[in-house]
Amino acid sequence: MTRQNPTSPPPLISVQNLCLTGRRGTGPETPIVSNVSFDVAEGEMLALIGESGSGKTSIALALTGYARAGCRIAQGELRVAGHDVRTMNASELRSFRGKTIAYIAQNAGAAFNPALPLMEQVIEPALAHHILPRKEAVEHAIALFEMMALPTPHTIGARYPHECSGGQLQRIMAAMALITEPEVVIFDEPTTALDVTTQIEVLEAFRVAMRQCGFTGVYVTHDLAIVAQMADRAVVLKNGNVQEEGTTRQILSKPAQPYTQQLVAASQPHLRNHDSPPLSAPLLDIKNLVVGYGPPMANGRPTHTIVDNVSLPVCAGETLGIIGESGCGKSTLIRAMAGIQPWADGSMMFDGQPLPARIEERTPQQRQHMQLVAQNADLVLNPAMTVEATLRRVLTFYNEDASDAAIKRVLDMVRLPQALAGRYPPQLSGGQKQRVNLARALAARPRLVLCDEITAALDTVVAAAILDLMMELKRELGLSWLFVTHDLHALRSVCDHVAVLYAGHCVEFSTAAALNVPPHHPYTRKLENSVPEMQPGWLDGVIQHNGLRQSGAERAPATGCSYMPRCPVAVAECAQAPPHTWQAPSGAHIACHLHAQDLS
Amino acid sequence: MTMTAKLGMAIARRLGASCVSLIFVVVAVFFITSALPGDVAQSLLGQAATSDSVAALRHSLRLDQPVILRFASWAGGLLRGDFGVSLVSHQSVMSMVHERLIHSLLLAGITTLFAVPMALALGTLSAIFRNTIFDRAVSLLTLCVVSVPEFLVATLAVLVFAVQLHLLPALASISDIHSIGSFLAAFSMPVATLGCVIVGQMARMTRAVMVNVLSSSWVEMAVLKGVSPTAIILRHVLPNVIAPLFNVMALSLSYLLGGVVIVESVFHYPGIASLMVDSVASRDIPLVQTCALIFCAAYLLLTTLADIVALFSTQERTRA
Repeated sequence: MTRQNPTSPPPLISVQNLCLTGRRGTGPETPIVSNVSFDVAEGEMLALIGESGSGKTSIALALTGYARAGCRIAQGELRVAGHDVRTMNASELRSFRGKTIAYIAQNAGAAFNPALPLMEQVIEPALAHHILPRKEAVEHAIALFEMMALPTPHTIGARYPHECSGGQLQRIMAAMALITEPEVVIFDEPTTALDVTTQIEVLEAFRVAMRQCGFTGVYVTHDLAIVAQMADRAVVLKNGNVQEEGTTRQILSKPAQPYTQQLVAASQPHLRNHDSPPLSAPLLDIKNLVVGYGPPMANGRPTHTIVDNVSLPVCAGETLGIIGESGCGKSTLIRAMAGIQPWADGSMMFDGQPLPARIEERTPQQRQHMQLVAQNADLVLNPAMTVEATLRRVLTFYNEDASDAAIKRVLDMVRLPQALAGRYPPQLSGGQKQRVNLARALAARPRLVLCDEITAALDTVVAAAILDLMMELKRELGLSWLFVTHDLHALRSVCDHVAVLYAGHCVEFSTAAALNVPPHHPYTRKLENSVPEMQPGWLDGVIQHNGLRQSGAERAPATGCSYMPRCPVAVAECAQAPPHTWQAPSGAHIACHLHAQDLS
Repeated sequence: MTMTAKLGMAIARRLGASCVSLIFVVVAVFFITSALPGDVAQSLLGQAATSDSVAALRHSLRLDQPVILRFASWAGGLLRGDFGVSLVSHQSVMSMVHERLIHSLLLAGITTLFAVPMALALGTLSAIFRNTIFDRAVSLLTLCVVSVPEFLVATLAVLVFAVQLHLLPALASISDIHSIGSFLAAFSMPVATLGCVIVGQMARMTRAVMVNVLSSSWVEMAVLKGVSPTAIILRHVLPNVIAPLFNVMALSLSYLLGGVVIVESVFHYPGIASLMVDSVASRDIPLVQTCALIFCAAYLLLTTLADIVALFSTQERTRA
């Protein structure tokens, strides 16, 4: 643990032996955080790194003297900017929060009041603490919006939260935190809920704000690559205990503790998929699929088209990855494959046979051979059924052998001990639940497993283990996987083929290996460039290279390329006609008006 | 389409739906009351009446006509504002109902004035101080009050305050109200009885609505911005709970309509509900129908009002 030497100025934040406890209902008090100590010097950014349940958010909130319902600051010393947080009364805390220390929450969509215009909420801290009169507060807010590179900074404040995108809201929330020019700003996983391409815009805005406003910060995150970009020093937490503390560079390059080493290893991208199967006939062949919602219009297309004219083959024994940002139609596509969301046009062939759009019309065999694994195991597993009962239900449903031995075999497949068979889902950890979720699909002896963001809600180490398991099963059982994700590292790591989806169109389809070989569709390139790297200084390099970008508010042209408004290399032609697909030397199929030499 | 036009459309659609419901109510009230057992001619003439005289009376009251014809003439009358003539007193139903309705509205109004603020305050406070002794006490109390039927509350109140303690009159005679004292004497027991159930029910529902909003992350955010508790409730929470609270209020107040029947009978309060009870006893069908219609219309009015308030309170946000 680093100690300040006597000559250096006292730290702006000093936490000594902090203990936080919580209780569920009337149950006993259990420790959330024990004996945590750290210091943050003025102008420094400290990262609190940890997985879910490590107590990192509780510590961040404790710095503001706040504990969530049922929790309490049990012990320790908290000094923030000359205030002893634990001895302050309610009204002192009120004038401390928002003025001396500001908080940026994880989910900006939920942290803004849906019934008030954004400007009202942004200037509220300045008004509540009598720092600025209303008129000047509004002007200051507009200046901050400009600094955050928000579109139409003069009028965006009049909007309501639901009229802004997630990335915009996150930047508006940062403006709200900075309006009182606080000495300390807490960032609580501010970009976790965002797409990579949006995340980088927000990170860039934060970076600029840090440079211009010069506050001291605490950055809570689980993502080591973000730590590398944002923090000077880091504290690694596990189950409420400090594992390791040091400079960012040292933690990332020479982690001392086994847990930190594990965390760093899980965050390093590495190839898991070593043996690609020989090319075979497609097991599932999707041709010109159109899926949408709402009643069909005169031309036969749905009112809201989500997936537009997508053709993809999933070959036997291979993993096809689908990547794209939220709203690009990847979940709708997977729901159409599963038969939950009937398509409006196009066709699917499964094993040489046409596949009906509705699950009711599919044969029992077709249903059995294609299994869906949903993102959130908590929502899928029946909390009132034991693991054993859940699996037995699948086995009896498909007239398979439902003996205890068969259930043991399924649990073995997902590397779960048989002792868990009698447990209920709420008694399992997140990773165990996701394994049961996978086992539920595997129990049906499928040929194709559709995975919808199955690692998105998991911690890094747990997610890495699930990806390893997927690849083992692929080898052992010869399964085909359809892997939908927004995580480019995971995609590279496990897939044989990759499809990039943008606004319902497949803009690029290639082998995973070809992802490393230019040329690429401009959106693919943007995706690649947006994934933060583990090396410190990467973000500053990106900002220097590109300048601060404004997220576009333009709409896509009615006819033409849907990526055009965001495309840095768009030409006049892009607005007129939809792009055709051509094949690059690497084998990649790219849908773009530009040619290989322009895109390299 | 502009925002106002959209709102206008939505309100018009809601009012249209209410009108359809009202037509259904008119039909249902008529046919249900005509299906009631008993015969006004028989009950007017008493046990000794000959079948001839009963038949003659039935003819003069047009009770021998087919139901459809009677419905047509009754519904036609309604359209002209003519609610018919009482079969028993031969007065126009309108004039009989008029004064009673004012009395009932007075009782309901006073109860509302007293019950709504109290329920909202209790519900909000127990949501703010949730899981404290105060919250549990309020929860237990409101549960008790909701579970005890009004007739028991009313009877016990009469037994304790009128019969045992001689503090209040057992009957609510509103004809001789001259002072605040006599006003309180007449109204305190009926209003308290009616208020009991409504306050209990409304406070519990208010608490549920408020707990839901208070545990949202934007309330936490406001706390972390250093906003005072009063400002959080008034500026942040209130705009978000207006619509659900109005629904809670409309549902609870419509319950008043049921409670008023019992309370008016127990305290002999000269309101519309006791008029209805009397008219049922004397098989005075036009009076029963009008009273039933008034109750249904009041219910419909309350729920429609709550929906329109909800439309107004969310209109700004749904302009996208």
